[in-house]
Amino acid sequence: MKKLHVSMRTKRAFNGWMFILPWFIGFMLFYVRSLYQTVQFSLSELAVLPAGGYELDFVGLKNYITAFTGHGTFKQTLTTSLMNMVIDVPLIIFFSLFVAMLLNRKMKCRGLVRAIFFLPVLLNSEAISGTLSYAAQMMAGGLSSTSAEMAEAASSGSAVNMAYFIALFGEIALPTAVLDYIVGAVGRISDIIQASGVQIVLFIAALQSITPSMYEVAKIEGATGYETFWKVTFPMVMPHIITNTIYTIVDAFSQSEVVNLAYTTAFTESNYGLSSSFSVISTVITCTLLGVVVYLMSKKTFYYN
Amino acid sequence: MKITEKWQAFRNSPRYEDRKGALIKTSKGVLMSVFRIILIIGIAYVILSPVIGIVSQSFFSDSDSANPMVFTIPMKPTLERYQGAWQELKYPTTLAWTLLYTVLNTVFQVLICSMAGYGFARFDFPLKKLMFACVVMMIVIPQHTIMLPQYMTFRSMELMRSQMPMYILSICGVGLRSGLYIYIFNQFFRGLPKEIEEAAFVDGAGTWYTYFRIMLVNAMPAVITVTVFSLVWQYNDMFYAKLFQIPNAQLLARQLSTLQSNVGANLKILNVSIQKLYVNAGVVLTILPILLIYLLLQKRFVEGVERSGIVG
Repeated sequence: MKKLHVSMRTKRAFNGWMFILPWFIGFMLFYVRSLYQTVQFSLSELAVLPAGGYELDFVGLKNYITAFTGHGTFKQTLTTSLMNMVIDVPLIIFFSLFVAMLLNRKMKCRGLVRAIFFLPVLLNSEAISGTLSYAAQMMAGGLSSTSAEMAEAASSGSAVNMAYFIALFGEIALPTAVLDYIVGAVGRISDIIQASGVQIVLFIAALQSITPSMYEVAKIEGATGYETFWKVTFPMVMPHIITNTIYTIVDAFSQSEVVNLAYTTAFTESNYGLSSSFSVISTVITCTLLGVVVYLMSKKTFYYN
Repeated sequence: MKITEKWQAFRNSPRYEDRKGALIKTSKGVLMSVFRIILIIGIAYVILSPVIGIVSQSFFSDSDSANPMVFTIPMKPTLERYQGAWQELKYPTTLAWTLLYTVLNTVFQVLICSMAGYGFARFDFPLKKLMFACVVMMIVIPQHTIMLPQYMTFRSMELMRSQMPMYILSICGVGLRSGLYIYIFNQFFRGLPKEIEEAAFVDGAGTWYTYFRIMLVNAMPAVITVTVFSLVWQYNDMFYAKLFQIPNAQLLARQLSTLQSNVGANLKILNVSIQKLYVNAGVVLTILPILLIYLLLQKRFVEGVERSGIVG
């Protein structure tokens, strides 16, 4: 009997396929198919049958036209979500890089401090925040929680007069746009801290991976701390800034109002076609944004290896 | 010699400049570290203050919540809130179900994603580049994009209102953030020296034996990293829990969202500010298990992230 001859390379290729096979099957069955169906749904009128299963009725671009011209809140929600993202993402990135540099030094109880800074990731659960805000709303007698907060701020915030400081910085001729951005950033500092747990961990890892000899050279050459940051640290973590930016954008988007809107449109209003078109539009916009950001950043990036 | 003359002599000596430089340097260092400590404490306070508020309020008794003098430390601490929340959350059973859900999903994720990551890192096969592009696509495309078809699929399979859909997705490597995990494992396996496998191969170990007994053990940092991420995210996830309508009795996060109304209905507590105290106790009970798990894995997690080359 002749033994079937299989070359080493074919065998390796076969083994490689065996390793990714479970993922590949799932990817084809649940991901590619679902992506295709999302596009299909968005081009159709979908009716759920009581027996389980559904009926599709092709309507062309009607859902997309409705999304942009007929729907009451979609355009507004989309722009607000995008604006929030554009404002928050750079702040989150710079804040987490800054904190990572703070925590990277040797100090007492470093483990404890790091655990505290990872806490927002543990607490960043929709269930917890949702429950607490619901409770706060009930407390305010069903009023919107924002007005309750404002009332609280008005009663307790007499110690610091924000308007005075804003006017003060306005006097020294800071551009209004910059000033607004900074004031906005200070206002959302809590949100930013809450959103940057994972990014801080990733940046600490990135900082650890920089070889110490780089810093030694910088020190011997007489570089100041400022120069060392811009000439050594920043270029070395730049590739990781890209990774982190991608992560932050995707994360911000999956927690944005648009997702909520798509969810309620599908499961409360049973308008599945329209909801799918929301998903497709927002995904296309996110991916375009990611593409542009990554392209612009990678042009400026220095790769050490 | 008078003291002023002594001072003059010291001033003119070269030692003066040395001392001055050293003094400025140390004071600069002290100032910087004070500044750093203040910053860290400030940021830590912003993070911790809501937690402190929740924990302290969960011990408030009725009179404390009505007393405007009580701010953080209750005057008559009580465990009543925890009793109520424990009962209304059906804590032991719900927790057991939740842990089962979280741990099983994590095990599947680690197994399948590490296999895929290993396959991508160490083997050459046709269409590899395209396949890896698909993994990156999974990271980039938000999960909500495909929620409707997934809902429809599992609805037609009649698996709604159970934990099954999530297990199936995890086993198939398309669960919660699987793309990211595959990417992490791929990066890590690429960083391991090839000699380990070659030695195993020469000693006659098969591919699967090498993978399970040698590679996975060497990849411990990456395994820990993915385990922590997966545990935490799966535990906190509400998106899939809502989408697949996992029963409230099987998930703490879902149970928590109805706690307030349950307290109102079952314990006959109609005052909303008292209901809120029960909610706070419920929140503490909900985050406690995952916090403990994180603290247990914390040290190895941070080391793991540093070594697993997530960032590479």
